[in-house]
Amino acid sequence: MTALVKYVINIVETVTTIFEGMAITFSHFMRRPMTIQYPDRIEKPVQETLPLRYRGILEVDMDICTGCLACERVCPITCITIGIEMNKETKQRTFTHFDIDICKCMYCGLCAEVCPTGSIRHSQEFEGACYNPAGLVRHFVTEPVPLYKPKKGGETDPGLATKVEIGQKYLDEFATPEEKVGGAGAEEG
Amino acid sequence: MQQLVDQLLQEGYFQGLPKDAIYAGSMILAAFVVLSFFVAPLAGITSWLERRVWARIQSRVGPNRVGPQGILQWLADGIKNLLKEDIIPAAADKWLFAFAPYVVFVGFLATFVVIPFGSQLIVADLNIGIFYLLAVTSLVVVGILMAGWASNNKWSLLGGMRSAAQIVSYEIPAGLAVLTVIFVAGTMSMQGIIKAQGWAPWDWLLFYNPFTFVAFFLYFTAALAEGNRTPFDIPEAESELVAGYVTEYSGMRFLFFFFAEWGNLYVIGAIATTLFLGGWQVPPVTDNPVLLGILQFVVFFLKAYLWVFVAMWVRGTLPRVRVDQLMSLCWKYMVPLSFICLLGTAAWMVVFPKGNRVASIGMFLIGLVILGLFFKRVNFQIRHARPELYFKPYI
Repeated sequence: MTALVKYVINIVETVTTIFEGMAITFSHFMRRPMTIQYPDRIEKPVQETLPLRYRGILEVDMDICTGCLACERVCPITCITIGIEMNKETKQRTFTHFDIDICKCMYCGLCAEVCPTGSIRHSQEFEGACYNPAGLVRHFVTEPVPLYKPKKGGETDPGLATKVEIGQKYLDEFATPEEKVGGAGAEEG
Repeated sequence: MQQLVDQLLQEGYFQGLPKDAIYAGSMILAAFVVLSFFVAPLAGITSWLERRVWARIQSRVGPNRVGPQGILQWLADGIKNLLKEDIIPAAADKWLFAFAPYVVFVGFLATFVVIPFGSQLIVADLNIGIFYLLAVTSLVVVGILMAGWASNNKWSLLGGMRSAAQIVSYEIPAGLAVLTVIFVAGTMSMQGIIKAQGWAPWDWLLFYNPFTFVAFFLYFTAALAEGNRTPFDIPEAESELVAGYVTEYSGMRFLFFFFAEWGNLYVIGAIATTLFLGGWQVPPVTDNPVLLGILQFVVFFLKAYLWVFVAMWVRGTLPRVRVDQLMSLCWKYMVPLSFICLLGTAAWMVVFPKGNRVASIGMFLIGLVILGLFFKRVNFQIRHARPELYFKPYI
């Protein structure tokens, strides 16, 4: 008798669970698919929708780079190579090259954290595909560029001032834990 | 078909040719037309639609790049498979290996002979139509076993053996469920079975009595199992058997198996429609034979395709069963239940020799209530999850 009851219960359970499962999947017909149809059928480029602290391919703003070499020293895999040359006559120091090998970069973000001016930073760019690994080495110096010297009492050149501001904003937002955004400078200083 | 050829012969066409050659030629021509203008696009578009339906169930998009909304995806896949190398493994039994896909394909294609698309639109209304159908679909087992054996691969052999065990087992509930319909209709001819029903839902054999109602679901489940569809796709269970009996196949031969599978889906729907859902029966709205024929075809096609859709939907819902579960489901549950349906229908026919209209309408109302309950549950799911609704079929 119990066997018969079990048998009937099995049938009832089979039917009702399938019924319920079919209802769940049918409700999914009416839901919007989660897929983002990268790269072409999207409302705006993915780069613009990424979060602020996204670690994309490194970029350097050479105009505000002080040439302190902190990034080159802190990089665990030495993917950053910087060459600085001093002109004997004018005592002017200039960059001869500033290369980042994106092939090697592991996106740890240490260089962006130590940079005093926020000139080296992660962009939102992530599309690095190319046919040759050499193409992934980013050269930021094409012709010798003088080093940036921070001025006491703030930047006066308006063009540079905005760049310094962007760098500082990036440092505040990237190189600090999320809950302390904005207050890190005061704490460390 | 034969009448048409006879008429043409009488009117003096094809003179000087032997009569048998003309018959054979016309048969080949008919098969060619059916294959290339109906079956191939149907199976192809079904494959695309299945991927889209399945994707939507899983919150994905599915193929939507080739042609508008990806509707030409099947053509792209077909051309790709045609251009691929046809590899026959060195250790395989070459002849059987090469021959197996065609056996499967013939087993599936031969069913189109008796599928009644309309009161006039049928290749041959055999008086043993449904019996013929059950017989030719069994040919698929032979092909699958051949493929499994000839591949000389353990996965293929296991898949082939599983498939044989499964199809042979599920023939029994399917046959018994069909037999309940034959009891009521009193004929095995496909047109005869449809003529025993009416256009109204309560005239369908599905709602004839509670037993045929159950028999319909038994038939549909057994047919899914015979067609190697999820949740009964253990012959090609990719998590266990790589791809089962198709493991060693490539190119067009590989495609033939899936061609048969997707085409078979429509055949399942068509048989279910013929047996239980009133086939091509339409309300008497027009006397124009051409218009009526088109209407009948559309009604039949839509009814059959509804069940193709349900099969896709089941595939997106249920997980694959284990081999022992598969066998216990068949032998412990479906076979006894189908016997009960058979005996119940027989007893019903003794009690109500002319059928019972009140019971039919009652069953129809119960069916509506079940459908209503179903949509209530769907509504519950949607209210519960509060998803972003998106009713458009395209994206």
